Amino acid sequence: MKHVWKKLLLLIAFAIVLVLAACGGDSDEASSGENESGSGGDVKTIEFMHLWPEGSSKQHYEIVEGIIDEYESNHSDVKVEVEILSNEQYKEKLKVLSTSNELPDVGMTWAAGFLEPYVSGNMFASLDDLLEGPLKDKFVPGTAEAYAIDDTTYGLPLELNITPLFYNKAIFEENGVEVPETFEEFKQVVQTLVDNGVTPIALGNKDRWTGSMWYMYLADRIGGPQSLNNAINRTGSFEDPALVQAAEELKSLVDMGAFLNGYNGLGNDEAKGYFINEQAAMYLMGSWDLPEWTTNEDNPQEFRDSIGYMKFPVVEGGEGDKDSFVGGPGVGLFVAENSDVKEEAKDFVSFFVEKWGEQSVEKAGVIPATKVDTEGTDLPQMYVDVLNDLNQASNITLYADVQMSAAVAEVHLDMIQALFGDAVSPEEFVKEQENALAQEE
Amino acid sequence: MNKVMSNKAVIALYVLPALILIVGLIYGPMLLTGYYGLMEWNGMATMTFVGIENYIDLIQDPKFWESAKHSFLLAFFSTLSLAGYLIVSLVLAGKIKGSDLFRKIYLIPMLLSSVAIAQLWIKIYDPNNGMLNSLLMSMGVETPPSWLADTNLVLYAIFVAILWQYAGFYIIIYYAALKGIPESLVEAAKIDGANPIQIAYKIKVPLISGVIKVTVVLAIVGSLKYFDLIYVMTGGGPNGASEVIASYMYKKAFDTFDFGYGSAIAFFLLIITLIVTWLTRKLTATEDEVQY
Repeated sequence: MKHVWKKLLLLIAFAIVLVLAACGGDSDEASSGENESGSGGDVKTIEFMHLWPEGSSKQHYEIVEGIIDEYESNHSDVKVEVEILSNEQYKEKLKVLSTSNELPDVGMTWAAGFLEPYVSGNMFASLDDLLEGPLKDKFVPGTAEAYAIDDTTYGLPLELNITPLFYNKAIFEENGVEVPETFEEFKQVVQTLVDNGVTPIALGNKDRWTGSMWYMYLADRIGGPQSLNNAINRTGSFEDPALVQAAEELKSLVDMGAFLNGYNGLGNDEAKGYFINEQAAMYLMGSWDLPEWTTNEDNPQEFRDSIGYMKFPVVEGGEGDKDSFVGGPGVGLFVAENSDVKEEAKDFVSFFVEKWGEQSVEKAGVIPATKVDTEGTDLPQMYVDVLNDLNQASNITLYADVQMSAAVAEVHLDMIQALFGDAVSPEEFVKEQENALAQEE
Repeated sequence: MNKVMSNKAVIALYVLPALILIVGLIYGPMLLTGYYGLMEWNGMATMTFVGIENYIDLIQDPKFWESAKHSFLLAFFSTLSLAGYLIVSLVLAGKIKGSDLFRKIYLIPMLLSSVAIAQLWIKIYDPNNGMLNSLLMSMGVETPPSWLADTNLVLYAIFVAILWQYAGFYIIIYYAALKGIPESLVEAAKIDGANPIQIAYKIKVPLISGVIKVTVVLAIVGSLKYFDLIYVMTGGGPNGASEVIASYMYKKAFDTFDFGYGSAIAFFLLIITLIVTWLTRKLTATEDEVQY
């Protein structure tokens, strides 16, 4: 009987070895591959993971390919190995890779809240030397800062977005309303549209960040850019009267029937559908949607021609001015802290950021985080206008849910939905968020 | 051959691959989940052992109990709906014209993925352009509800979609069981003068009681861990009005990076499901199994 157990144990051990060998196979191969290339003429490999597959983001993909080709032909000793995943898979994989400490040398990340756990886990390298050196003054102010934690920058942004209020000129004309300058006028426009049976604003608040943008603008116009930022970075309080007043103003819009019927149950894409079908007059959305209103052939030409945008109206007596925007940088590049080719990776990132800035607007319709010269480029007028507004922006307030830690952002987003759904009063709205923020201090 | 099969080492050899897979892929992760539930962990940085703190928080978390209530409501309605499915199956299994066509129609939802079903029902429930509200408005209802935005209605609106999604599954199970009943029993009852309702109630249903018990357990367990349709249709909103245990767990673990707490919820869910399954089996236990 005894020898049976011995055999069994042996067998289990054997099986475990087999399983482990199968799991480890990948990294074994990778490291041996590196050795080979290392001995054969000192070619270094930079692993680069990005999230623009050829199928769904063709223009992005092609720009990236072009930049890599150019870089490789300039640096014969460096090879860039690319892995591409789509957005959600990318985020999942990044999480898994970081738990096993196998991040690619260069990859993509998002700002502030997303970055935080990776930085606290010491996964990303500081990129301050690039910002001091080759990339000094290349970025629009406020963009690279969104990737800084405790004054160290861990990512370099590729995109920058602001949030214009898009509107349908044809609907405005039909109902005899003008583009409002002040919030009082804005409310009158809303009232007129409601009276005429037109839905004033398309909003899909199932996603919650969509409603958050409305609140952020009102907070900015009433309390100035500091009030919300200070509440979040804890130099101020969320119970600031301006932030309460912003919630009250938002509630007054809700009570007027300004937003698309059933907004709390509709996703952003569904709400956008209403705007595109000309069933709603206005739509507050990030500039990443610019191609929809300019170059996207799926939308009829007359529709695209009838779309204009305005800056969010000012509130009388409020602190905020018209040139202050809600927005923020989109994805950025990181370099892994434990990369074997850190110097090369940093050099590649710096090259990539610069080339991307030159090509992304024209080729992919992306507004880069680096400064753009619109002279001599052939862009739709709306791009040029938005770019000019950006250059003259007095302030860009980073999206609140991105500024906050994941747990507090969840409270904020829930409260936004509750405020829109009339489930909390403006006082409760600020109180809950103040509590959540205070708890994290 | 017999000699080989009685050799314990050989038996072990044959069982081992399956055993490794089951332990490694099912029981191992389950225990790991319970273990992670004892940690404060954001999913990547270092774990801190906090004992049963997560479980204590869980018991005091009103949002968790709210979502648990929704899960149990779903289990309740799913179990109730089984009666409806059974009636449909009884009709379909009888010799009526077109039963074949209807069987196929009921089966269609099973062929669609949950995400597709969710999209379909989102369109049906669309407050302004949707099929349901267009119908209501054409019947003279002036302000029909916005189903998925109304905190009082959203849960039931989703339940309808879920019950529709699973109708085919249960109907097919019942249909197959009913078809297995020997024709002679039904014939004998007919000769004794029983009407179709009596035949269904007194003969057919008792004969498939074993299958019914299985479906009750399936419906309850499936409801308690239900996730996908709700996640796509509302994400648990608005304001948690359609949150269920599984979607709350996902939100905690993946949206707020609280893996410890998420794991605690998952483990708690496992225990609840085990208890409820055991209870259901106890309550529906009968002594004699039906033999044809």
